[in-house]
Amino acid sequence: MADHSNHAHGHNEAHAHGSVKSYVIGFVLSIILTIIPLVVVLNHMLSEIPTILVIMITAVLQFAVQLFFFMHVRERQGNQPRWNVMALIFGLAIVLVVVSGSVWIMAYNGVGY
Amino acid sequence: MAQAVSQNDHGHHDHGHHDPQELKMLGFWIFLITDVVLFGTLFATYVVLHNNTAGGPSAHEVFEMPGVIAETFILLTSSFTSGLAVLAMNKGNVKQLIAWLIVTFILGAAFIGLEVQEFVHLVHEGFNFGTSAFSTSFFTLVGTHGLHVSMGLGWMILLIIQLSRRGINDVTRGKVNVISLYWHFLDAVWIFLLSVVYLMGVM
Repeated sequence: MADHSNHAHGHNEAHAHGSVKSYVIGFVLSIILTIIPLVVVLNHMLSEIPTILVIMITAVLQFAVQLFFFMHVRERQGNQPRWNVMALIFGLAIVLVVVSGSVWIMAYNGVGY
Repeated sequence: MAQAVSQNDHGHHDHGHHDPQELKMLGFWIFLITDVVLFGTLFATYVVLHNNTAGGPSAHEVFEMPGVIAETFILLTSSFTSGLAVLAMNKGNVKQLIAWLIVTFILGAAFIGLEVQEFVHLVHEGFNFGTSAFSTSFFTLVGTHGLHVSMGLGWMILLIIQLSRRGINDVTRGKVNVISLYWHFLDAVWIFLLSVVYLMGVM
């Protein structure tokens, strides 16, 4: 399951997420991804649906930037299964069901609205 | 389950490199996932109720973007500096580590200061917790995030004190890794607050 080269690799990972470069890239990317929706919304550049799309796409991209460049979601755990990624996918699935389910139900609920 | 796997691995070779520290990181990660679910439910509540203003002010009447934009960039920068703190720790530089944690703390405190100022302003405008379903879900969602940041600030003070007394060892190293993970997570939540609450509110 685990050979020695893999083991050594596990130790090198401490250096892998010790790079200033990846943090600077992540920081610059997240600033760009913040400015794009701000400019679009504050200057009323697009109509409603495209604006929502721009806001959500840049937010999801920026979430990915935080996960990969800052939280190092790919790097932990050595050669173990990626329990953290599995837990994250599980959590996001719950969030998706709760948010979209609530919106969907309440949109067709004649009493609440 | 992770425990079972680590035991298994232990038998395979002597360097049990699934050390307690790694398990703590995984445990903290799972806590963050529960927080994802918590914020998910609050977001669902907000999205459902944000049009129910009960005759009170609506989103684009109360939100003031300059303060929110400042908060966003302050928190973004603090997420970056908490990463730099981890880098300083990996180099074994305690002074630099503490310095970056202090910078992160100051930025976090500035964020909370601006948020409190915003809330006070909103309440003075007649937009308080009980004004409408919209205001209640707004204050609950944004306030829960603010509470998380405030707890992180208190935690960071304690960690800075411990680091200055004991330096970098296995215990404090784990704690710095965990708090930086927490801080990045709070920044990620704020991105969605900015997008869903503020940007969609004023557009």
